[in-house]
Amino acid sequence: MILFLLKGLVRDRSRSLFPLLTVIAGVGLTVIGYSWVRGTESELVRASAAFSTGHVKVAPRGAASESDSASIELALDGAGALLRDLRRQYPSLGWTPRIRFGGLLDLPDAAGETRAQAPVAGLAIDLLSAGSLEPGILNVGRAVVRGRMPRSAGEVLVSDQLFERLGLRLDDTATLISTTRLGSITTANLQVVGTVRFGVTAIDRGALVADLSTIQRALDMDDAVSEVLGFYPDQVYRDAEARAVARAFNEGAAGRESALDPDLAAVMSPLRDDPGLATILDLTAVLTRIQVGVFVVVMSIVLWNAGLMGSLRRYGEIGVRLAIGERKGHVYLTLVAESLMIGVAGSIAGTAIGVACSYYLQERGLDISPYLKNASMLISDVLRAKVTPGSLVVGFVPGVLSTLLGASISGAGIYRRETARLMKEFEA
Amino acid sequence: MNARPWIAAIALPWIAAAQAPSAGDILARVDANIGSDNKVTLARMIVEGRGVTRTVESRSWIRGMSESFTEYLAPPRDRGTKMLKLGDQLWTFFPESDRTIRISGHMLRQSVMGSDLSYEDLMEDPRLSALYTARLAGEETHRDRPCWVLELTGREPGIAYQSRRMWVDKARDVALREARYAKGGKLLKTTDVLDVERIGSRWVAKTVVFKDVLKTGKGTRFELVSIEFDAKIPEHVFSKAMLRR
Repeated sequence: MILFLLKGLVRDRSRSLFPLLTVIAGVGLTVIGYSWVRGTESELVRASAAFSTGHVKVAPRGAASESDSASIELALDGAGALLRDLRRQYPSLGWTPRIRFGGLLDLPDAAGETRAQAPVAGLAIDLLSAGSLEPGILNVGRAVVRGRMPRSAGEVLVSDQLFERLGLRLDDTATLISTTRLGSITTANLQVVGTVRFGVTAIDRGALVADLSTIQRALDMDDAVSEVLGFYPDQVYRDAEARAVARAFNEGAAGRESALDPDLAAVMSPLRDDPGLATILDLTAVLTRIQVGVFVVVMSIVLWNAGLMGSLRRYGEIGVRLAIGERKGHVYLTLVAESLMIGVAGSIAGTAIGVACSYYLQERGLDISPYLKNASMLISDVLRAKVTPGSLVVGFVPGVLSTLLGASISGAGIYRRETARLMKEFEA
Repeated sequence: MNARPWIAAIALPWIAAAQAPSAGDILARVDANIGSDNKVTLARMIVEGRGVTRTVESRSWIRGMSESFTEYLAPPRDRGTKMLKLGDQLWTFFPESDRTIRISGHMLRQSVMGSDLSYEDLMEDPRLSALYTARLAGEETHRDRPCWVLELTGREPGIAYQSRRMWVDKARDVALREARYAKGGKLLKTTDVLDVERIGSRWVAKTVVFKDVLKTGKGTRFELVSIEFDAKIPEHVFSKAMLRR
């Protein structure tokens, strides 16, 4: 019976071609859309984790509520002991301390007067220790555009854009003008030994990357850091695990309360709790659901309409089948079975095309840097799709469902045909 | 009927009002008390920040209203930092980087040595009558001292504080308390004078607590350790070359 229906579909293309093309197009677009959203989300999580939040972040309680993340007024004291505790208590994560700071980079002329000056977004990381995790997390080595990595305290990297803007030369000495933790203006001479481009506009606009010890000395932050970030070794964020670690740390935090200021007490938060990121991730989840929902509804309506047109065209055929004694239920079932075959075939073809296009977008990516000139969001300049196991089912299931739904609704017209009037219809 | 009590009742407030100085006169007396002669001061600032208290000591040479040279003596980290104000220009020398940086633009809003004072505060003309028009808002007692309450409104837009409310000691012509506001009426800073001392012919605020309302912390206590009026200050003190010496 199935073979019989299949032959009918293949031989009478007017019965199958339009619904098939509709399903292929709809499924393909859904797969591409889904993979694109997954890719964007994945990139956003990766960039945020690497540059800002880690998979978990330990920071002073007060820092979480302050909008200016580069403010160093709130810092973690006793960073060395805290780091040792974290490494001992949570060995499944790699821990790395950081200081984020703002300031001006001032380039002097021969007389010591300001020749050029630009604001910088500073990131102090562990660049010089032998076992530092940072080169792997930020890919600093690969991000170096010219010059070399810092080898000693006082040497820094600046973003390539900033280097060009200030008219710097490699090994130039520039003065960082910033504020100490206590808020007073301070300066430090730094030697620019290289430039970097991370491929994240918000960072590449004016980044200054220095070793932690250099900035601790410059900003009067002896044994203090802005935050300690924790990363899973495979660089994959696992929300449930991260939450459990954060909960355990915070439950044991009562004894670590700062006697001087409760805002200085260390608290841990998972990546997903970052206020900006959580909103975006929630939004993408809702968007994906809306996308699939709209697809099912629109496809069902289109295929319902296609089924109605097919029924009109096959009005005579169905009438003859009913006249020679075929039951209405059987006719209805054959129409639904035909739609199931079209749905499965269309969904397979649509998924294959969608996955192929998504894979292409995953490998090649799309350069969106012209639209990110003033962006503050930590997202890569090149967005890529990401083919996941979900890509294989996200279009397939609604593709089959919508064809079934369309045929089920349009096929119901069979039950309105009256056998007694069939001969009159044929006479006409 | 004796009309004298009625006349007295009607006339007394007018007489009293006639005896009260105008707001402009009070402000002029405050300015006169500050004086415009040369001074050499030794001061201490106790900054109570978030969980940390530190003491900053400085010596200043002041000429007139618009020129000053300050050298920081403590704490060790800030020792040797020098600041020169010439009119509307301000330079700071940082010994750790051996650089002289001109403080301008948004940097003027930064805190001086982590205190509740900004560079903008230092740059301000101390003669308030040059910057503000005054209105007498009433009389109050502050710290057991009878005070005039003045409301000051900026003469020009763009000044650090568009309006102020100040409590001026009636007898000493010293502003004992001040609230400074932004253009929109938001309170930005308060000052509270804790100790006033007569030095020569003037009353001098010896201990003042500055509080930047937008900052956390308990404020900055400014203590004037010593002041020498009509000091002889060599001309070369007010030069950029002095910053590196």
